[in-house]
Amino acid sequence: MVPTAYYLVLAAILFSIGIAAFLIKRNIITIFISIELMLNAVNLTFVAFAHMWHQVSGQIFVFFVMVVAAAEAAVGLAIIISIFRTRQTLNVDEIDLMKS
Amino acid sequence: MSHLTNFEVFLLLSVIKVAVVLVITLMAVAYTVLLERKVIGHMQNRWGPSRVGPFGLLQPLMDGAKLFLKEDLMPLAVERPLFLLAPVIALSCALVSIAVVPFGAVTRVRGVDIFQVANINIGLLVILGITSIGVYGIALSGWSSNNKYSLLGSLRSTAQVISYELALGLSLVGIVLRAGSLNLRTIVESQSAHGLLSWNFFGGFQFVAFFIYLMAAYAETNRSPFDLPEAETELVAGYHTEYSSMKFAMFFMAEYGNMITVSCVASLLFFGGASSPFGHLIPAFGPAFLQAILPTFWFVAKVFGFLFLYIWVRSTLPRFRYDQLMSFGWKFLLPLAMANIIVTSLILAVRG
Amino acid sequence: MQLALFIIFGALAVGGALNLLFQRHPINSALSLVVVMMSLAVLYWSLGAEFLAAAQVIVYSGAIMVLFVFVIMLLNAGEEEQTHGSRAAYTVGIPGAAAIFCLLSFVFLSERGALGRANVGGDLGNGVDNISWVSQTLFTKQLLPFEVTSVLILVAILGAVVLARKEQ
Repeated sequence: MVPTAYYLVLAAILFSIGIAAFLIKRNIITIFISIELMLNAVNLTFVAFAHMWHQVSGQIFVFFVMVVAAAEAAVGLAIIISIFRTRQTLNVDEIDLMKS
Repeated sequence: MSHLTNFEVFLLLSVIKVAVVLVITLMAVAYTVLLERKVIGHMQNRWGPSRVGPFGLLQPLMDGAKLFLKEDLMPLAVERPLFLLAPVIALSCALVSIAVVPFGAVTRVRGVDIFQVANINIGLLVILGITSIGVYGIALSGWSSNNKYSLLGSLRSTAQVISYELALGLSLVGIVLRAGSLNLRTIVESQSAHGLLSWNFFGGFQFVAFFIYLMAAYAETNRSPFDLPEAETELVAGYHTEYSSMKFAMFFMAEYGNMITVSCVASLLFFGGASSPFGHLIPAFGPAFLQAILPTFWFVAKVFGFLFLYIWVRSTLPRFRYDQLMSFGWKFLLPLAMANIIVTSLILAVRG
Repeated sequence: MQLALFIIFGALAVGGALNLLFQRHPINSALSLVVVMMSLAVLYWSLGAEFLAAAQVIVYSGAIMVLFVFVIMLLNAGEEEQTHGSRAAYTVGIPGAAAIFCLLSFVFLSERGALGRANVGGDLGNGVDNISWVSQTLFTKQLLPFEVTSVLILVAILGAVVLARKEQ
C-alpha cells in the first residue's frame, strides 16, 4: 500500500525538473521535450487522483492530454523545421530577428 | 511440489516457462534461417545448404559459430552507448512479444497456465506497444554509426515502419470488435466453437483485415517485398553497415524473431490459434497428456505455414521502390483498414 | 513489495528527468524522456490504468518521441553551447523550480492523511475491467470531446504538412 501523496510528490518532482529544463536549456528541441515532461507529470497526477476517487474521468482526461500533446508536438516540430531552414540554427538566443 | 506455496509454484513455473520459450524461440530463429535458404534454393531449382550435416541441418550451428568468432569491430567515431544499445533494443523487442502468446489449450498446474507466459488483459496492445518500441533499435543504429548511408537507411526504415504500424493496428480492430476483448486467450477461445468455420478468417469474414495485416506485417519486419532499407544492392547494407559479428547477429536474429512473432499473432487472431480445424467433429481420444499437447501441434503447424508463406513471398515478388512503398501504406492500406472497421462494426451493430 | 515497485520506477523516472536536464546533446535528452515515459507507464499500470499504460507506450514513447528523435536526427544541429542567455536563466531557473517543488510537495505532504493509500494492482472498477469502463465512458458521456479531438488531430496533420513543406 503506497500512500497517494508519494505519487503526487513524484509528479511534483518531475514537473519542477521540467520547469528547470525549460528555463535553462537553449536548444529549442530540448525546450519542447521539457514541455512534454511537464505534461507527463500532470498526467501522473490525474491518474493518481482517478485511482483515489475510483472515477474513470481522470483517465479520460489523461487520454485527451495525450492526444493534444501529440497534435502539439507535430505542429511544433514542423515549425521548428521551418525555422531551421531559414535561420540554420536551433539556439533560441540566436532567433531574435524581431527584437528591437 | 506440494510443500511449496502457490506463489512459489507460480514463480518457479514462470521462470521455467520463460526459459523454455526463450530457448525454443532462439532455436526456431536459427532454423528459420536454414528453412529460408533451403526453400528459396528449391524454388530456384537448387539445393540450398546441404553439405553441413544431413540435409544441411547443422548449418545454423556453423553460422552461429562463425558469427561469434568474427572480429568485433567498432569504428572510432561511433557513439558508443547508443551503438551498443541499438541491437539490444531490437533483439529484446523481438523476443518479448512471445510472452503474451498462448500456444496451447488452457492447461493449469496448481493454478498456473503452462501454455502462456503472461495472461494480460490488454495482451494485443502489449504486442502493438512492443512493435512501436522496436523502431528505436533501427533509428539509433543508423544514428550512432556516424555514417551517411547508415543514417539514410535507418531514416527510411523508420519512416516505413511507423507508416505501416497504423495499418497494422487498425486491421486488428475488427478482431477486437468480434471478440469483445483484447485478451489473447479470449480471442482464441471465441474462435474455437465450430472448428474451421468459426475462425476469424473464414466465419468471421475478416479476410480483408487479414490481408491488410499480412502486408503491414511484411513492411514492419522489413521483409520482401518491402525490404528496400536492407537490400544489399541499395545503400550499402542500410542501417547495419557498421555492425559486425555478435551485434550484427543480434540484428539478424531480431529480424527473424519479428517474423516468428508476426506469424504467431496472425495464427492467433485470424486462424484460431491453438484450436483444431475439425472442432468437435473428432471425439477426444488418447490419454489426457495427448489431449493437452495436441492443440500445441496445431499452433506450431499454423506458425510454420505462415513462415513458409513469408519465404515464398520473398522468393517470388520483386521489391517495392521507396515512394511506391510509402504511398501503398498511406493511400491504400490505411483507408482500406478504416473501411474494414466501418463495415465490421455496421454488420455487428445490425446483427446484435 | 508494492513500495519497492514504486521506488524503483519512481527513481528511474527521476533519474531520467535529471539526465534530460544535464545532457547537452538533444538526442540524449530525448532518449532520457523515453525512459521517463516507460517508467511512468509502469506506474500507471500499478495505479490500475491499464489502457493508459498501453497508450503511453504506444502513442507517447512509440510515436511522439520517435517523431522527436526523427527530427533531431534530420536536423543534426549538434551539442548546445553555453551562451549569454543561459547563464542568466541558471540564476532564475533553478531557484524558481525549487520554489515550485517545495510549494507543491508541502501541499501534498500536509494533506497526506486525507489523500489515503493507493491499492497498487488492485481492482479499481468494481468488477468491470479498466478498458471496458474507459471505452464505455469515452463513447457515451465523453463523445463530444472525443470527436472534437479527432478534428483537432486532423487539423494538426494538415498544419504540419503545410508548415514543413519545402518552398518551391
